[in-house]
Amino acid sequence: MSATIEEVETQRTEENYLTADYGIWSWFFTTDHKRIGIMYMISITFFFFLGGAAATLMRLELMTPGGDVVQAETYNKLFTLHGVMMIFFFLVPSIPAVLGNFLLPIMIGARDLAFPKINLASWYFYMVGGLFTVWAILAGGVDTGWTFYTPYSTMFSNTSVILAVVGVFINGFSSIFTGLNFLVTVHKMRAPGMTWFRLPLFVWAMYATSIILVLATPVIAVAMFLIILERSFGVGIFNPKLGGDPILFQHLFWFYSHPVVYVMILPGMGVVSEIVACFARRAVFGYKFMAYALLAIAVIGFLVWGHHMFVSGQSMYGSMVFSMLSFLVAIPSAIKIFNWTATIHKGSLSFDTPMLYALGFIGLFTIGGLTGLMLASLAIDVHVHDTYFVVAHFHYIMVGSAVMAYLGGLHFWWPKMTGRMYPEIWGKLSALVVFVGFNLTFFPQFVLGYLGMPRRYYEYPAEFQVLNVMSTAGASILAVGYVLPLIYLVLSLWLGPKVGSNPWNATGLEWQTSSPPPKHNFDVTPVVKEPPYAYSEERNLT
Amino acid sequence: MTDVAHASSPHLAHHFEDMGQQRASASLGMWTFLGTEVMFFGGLFAAYCAYRFSSPDAFRIASRHLSVLLGSINTAVLLTSSLTVALAVRAGQTGDRKEQVRYLLLTMLLGVAFLGIKAVEYSMEFKDHLVPGWNFSYSVLHIPSDVPERTAERTELFFVFYFFMTGLHALHMIIGIGVFAWITHRARRGEFTPEYHTPLECSGLYWHFVDIVWVFLYPLLYLVDLHK
Repeated sequence: MSATIEEVETQRTEENYLTADYGIWSWFFTTDHKRIGIMYMISITFFFFLGGAAATLMRLELMTPGGDVVQAETYNKLFTLHGVMMIFFFLVPSIPAVLGNFLLPIMIGARDLAFPKINLASWYFYMVGGLFTVWAILAGGVDTGWTFYTPYSTMFSNTSVILAVVGVFINGFSSIFTGLNFLVTVHKMRAPGMTWFRLPLFVWAMYATSIILVLATPVIAVAMFLIILERSFGVGIFNPKLGGDPILFQHLFWFYSHPVVYVMILPGMGVVSEIVACFARRAVFGYKFMAYALLAIAVIGFLVWGHHMFVSGQSMYGSMVFSMLSFLVAIPSAIKIFNWTATIHKGSLSFDTPMLYALGFIGLFTIGGLTGLMLASLAIDVHVHDTYFVVAHFHYIMVGSAVMAYLGGLHFWWPKMTGRMYPEIWGKLSALVVFVGFNLTFFPQFVLGYLGMPRRYYEYPAEFQVLNVMSTAGASILAVGYVLPLIYLVLSLWLGPKVGSNPWNATGLEWQTSSPPPKHNFDVTPVVKEPPYAYSEERNLT
Repeated sequence: MTDVAHASSPHLAHHFEDMGQQRASASLGMWTFLGTEVMFFGGLFAAYCAYRFSSPDAFRIASRHLSVLLGSINTAVLLTSSLTVALAVRAGQTGDRKEQVRYLLLTMLLGVAFLGIKAVEYSMEFKDHLVPGWNFSYSVLHIPSDVPERTAERTELFFVFYFFMTGLHALHMIIGIGVFAWITHRARRGEFTPEYHTPLECSGLYWHFVDIVWVFLYPLLYLVDLHK
């Protein structure tokens, strides 16, 4: 917040990426990574609130034990819609496609991603995939759950499975294009002096995420393709009646869908590392270990998919190996938690909105991660499999952690992206509301699940009502917490005070160029001479 | 600064510092893309293996009904096309425009020949009632009466894999021929010089990959029962 008036005055006269071209087509045909990031931001916000509306209806239905708001069939369609929208069209693209697209080239001192046209194509694939899925909803919805398990999805469901599956298939191209672009950009386009171990951890996180996107997405593409084939032509690849094996589908599905959990969380870890360093005014503790931990999670994440199938009928020895490998993920994850804590320790802390979100992330990720260890244990998993315990666990990771990190990152880089500051008091309030609402929504679900309430049921025994009412009350608070930023961030585009290039007084190349950045990011290619997070006494004083 | 960099070549995109960086990026991007393709076909090969190892007899019985002769001819055709692609890339490196066009046309011709032979095979199998989900009939397979029911069912699965995997492969070939049509057009205009021939090189990589997929498909589909 240290921008002087002179700085602001000079910014205003300079051309930036927003003012370089005008008109709707200058957006739809842009190859500027910053504009594509903004387009992604608007699109994923739409899908987020669509998926959120489905969740709202589900929580309303679950307020009472009987089925009064919706009936079973509608409820099945609601949780399918919620899962498909939130996972494929919000969480997977969220931080990479919005913040990654906008920031990655700037952070490494490049003028754009390596393949700008492919980057634009990725947005179009994303939108076409999204439209197919919306079409599936308009055509009556899908009731298979986001997992599309066979043989239900191929032989029995009478809903628009193929439309939704085609949507997911097409969306896969957008993931692959983004991942491919990031990988090549990090390898080949770093500015002079930007060595691998000078990369901000956000870039490392994007790199690890991209490895997963590029290697895992093609496998679900095949699985979705086979579903279309089986459903359209009645051949029996996964149908036991025709010689097929439904467990094979689960293997193909989770080979993608487990690693993709790390696609949702690794970027958040990158964002939190940036925020924690900036608001503790210290270099991230154990930088190299943080980078290696990101890669380790990405690699080990490919070897643990069987822990979703402990009760599917896969071999017992298979389950034991998958269980042990799943425990291994805890090591790099714990390294990250400890190192953030060590970074905060003895730092000069300030608690602006991004920091509040980051602290929330660290706490909620710890709970989500530790309950993940419980689920990786064979004996406990058999007990709580397909209960609300699982639902609570993965929402602590995907909502408590990933969405918190996305919002934290959005606030942190908002002045960079728009040139305007959001209202701090509203930011802090919304962070608090999100944190309270989230915990009230999902903590009771741990208890519900442990007591034996199964997921995906629209009615339940009356003894579970108190905890369900708590959860629904929490969801309404959470909804307020999500609508608030939508309102004040949009208003800040006109009302927010203009900021200079570095309102947080942070390190990193993105803070050295103007806000909003010029079309080609830097007027002169920067030369990097210092390690990342070079926070020091002198910098603190300015 | 950017003006100086741009002066070096008309093919240099605005966001690269020099041609070396641009070529290295394109090449790495192509290899990464081929990595995704490996995973794409890899999922299918894994599914194929799962069924073949649990029902080896079914795959033996079903595989006998493919034409090993036509499959082998196609393998030869495709491997030859890899040679012509390599020669076209070589011509790109030397900047010989005529050679580039000649070898690219030859490659496309061989690709079309492959697809033609494949179409003949498909029509033979259609006549034999071997297309699952269309007109599949167990009677032509002459399944011995003593095999378990599961084995009989999985003969049909073999043909599902056969048509899906060769079909996807053929789709990749059609895309490849389309890409080469565009590359040939650019080669005729003399765009590819010893300094700049990245598109030629990258499309060549793609074609080699499609060939390699066939090198795995051919023994897995056609040669299952040949040792008897």
